[in-house]
Amino acid sequence: MHHSMYLKGMRDGIPVMLGYFVVSITIGIAARGADLTAAQATVMSLTNLTSAGQFASFAIIAAGAPYLELLISQAVINLRYCLMSCALSQKVDQRMPFYHRLFMAFGITDEIFGLAIGQKGKLDPWYMYGAMSVAIPGWTLGTLLGILSTGMLPASILNAMNMALYGMFIAIFMPAARDNKILLPIIFLSMGASAVFQMLPVFDFISSGMKIIILTLAISFAAAVLFPIADEESDGAASGKEAGPGTDGAVSGGKEAGRS
Amino acid sequence: MKNYMYILVMALTTYFIRVIPLTLLRKEITNRTFRSFLTYVPYVTLAVMTFPAILSITEETWIAWVGFAAAMVLAYNRVSLFIVSLGCCALVLALQML
Repeated sequence: MHHSMYLKGMRDGIPVMLGYFVVSITIGIAARGADLTAAQATVMSLTNLTSAGQFASFAIIAAGAPYLELLISQAVINLRYCLMSCALSQKVDQRMPFYHRLFMAFGITDEIFGLAIGQKGKLDPWYMYGAMSVAIPGWTLGTLLGILSTGMLPASILNAMNMALYGMFIAIFMPAARDNKILLPIIFLSMGASAVFQMLPVFDFISSGMKIIILTLAISFAAAVLFPIADEESDGAASGKEAGPGTDGAVSGGKEAGRS
Repeated sequence: MKNYMYILVMALTTYFIRVIPLTLLRKEITNRTFRSFLTYVPYVTLAVMTFPAILSITEETWIAWVGFAAAMVLAYNRVSLFIVSLGCCALVLALQML
């Protein structure tokens, strides 16, 4: 049982690994700008798993700023992981041994969280470990490759691999929107608001990580007040029973691929 | 050595952010609004992070638009995550080579 969930997590984690590999190459290149050694950049990626946080850290480290500044910047930029951690706490079986929470927490990233929250019913920690076991090496090795090379891959391939990462995001939230009709307008509203925040120079003083936090809190809260979800329904949307995001499709898609 | 101290501070901060809610919230939350809020958070976050950032991944914006539209349509029709992801990746790669 755990074994099959672990394998499923690994398979679903492959697009994450590819996407991470690309993004972390750019992280590795940026790390060299901050005078980190290849070993330091690699250790940072292995122990942090936060693209926005790591990007932000390079300027702070290069400037030799106080540790407190680094701490605050990381706390703010990664605040969304705190929200995701709250959501995951409701997704696991409350009888699950405590130590799993300590290990699962390490793997909370946008993408792995997206996969985990899309699982049917309660989340098996081994599913998350499976995804982590391919995604984390992708992130770490990409960083190493990035800092060692000065761009061996052509831009067109890097761009396309970046697209795979966004395609994965879309494949997580769109299937859910098909069944829960209120989700579709909320998703488009989120995208529209995000575009406005991005384009209007008035908002330039807000960092991109902060923009994500503000929009997520504001829109999700408004949606929760205006369109509260009935208990069975919220289970369904969160577990994919009715909403069936991402991984549900991955199961049927995998079978089809196997047949053809 | 100082760089490793920076990395340690960072790693501890990001881990605490991730581990605290997961270890402190040991019961099911019953408040309906809060439950709804937590249900909406992942979808809103992913939508916000995807758009408009997705439009700037290629030098020619229209290619990114095509990849974006293709992924949206495929995903809405419940094509598997793996195929949506690699499909729009292959499409964008092909269009860039035109």
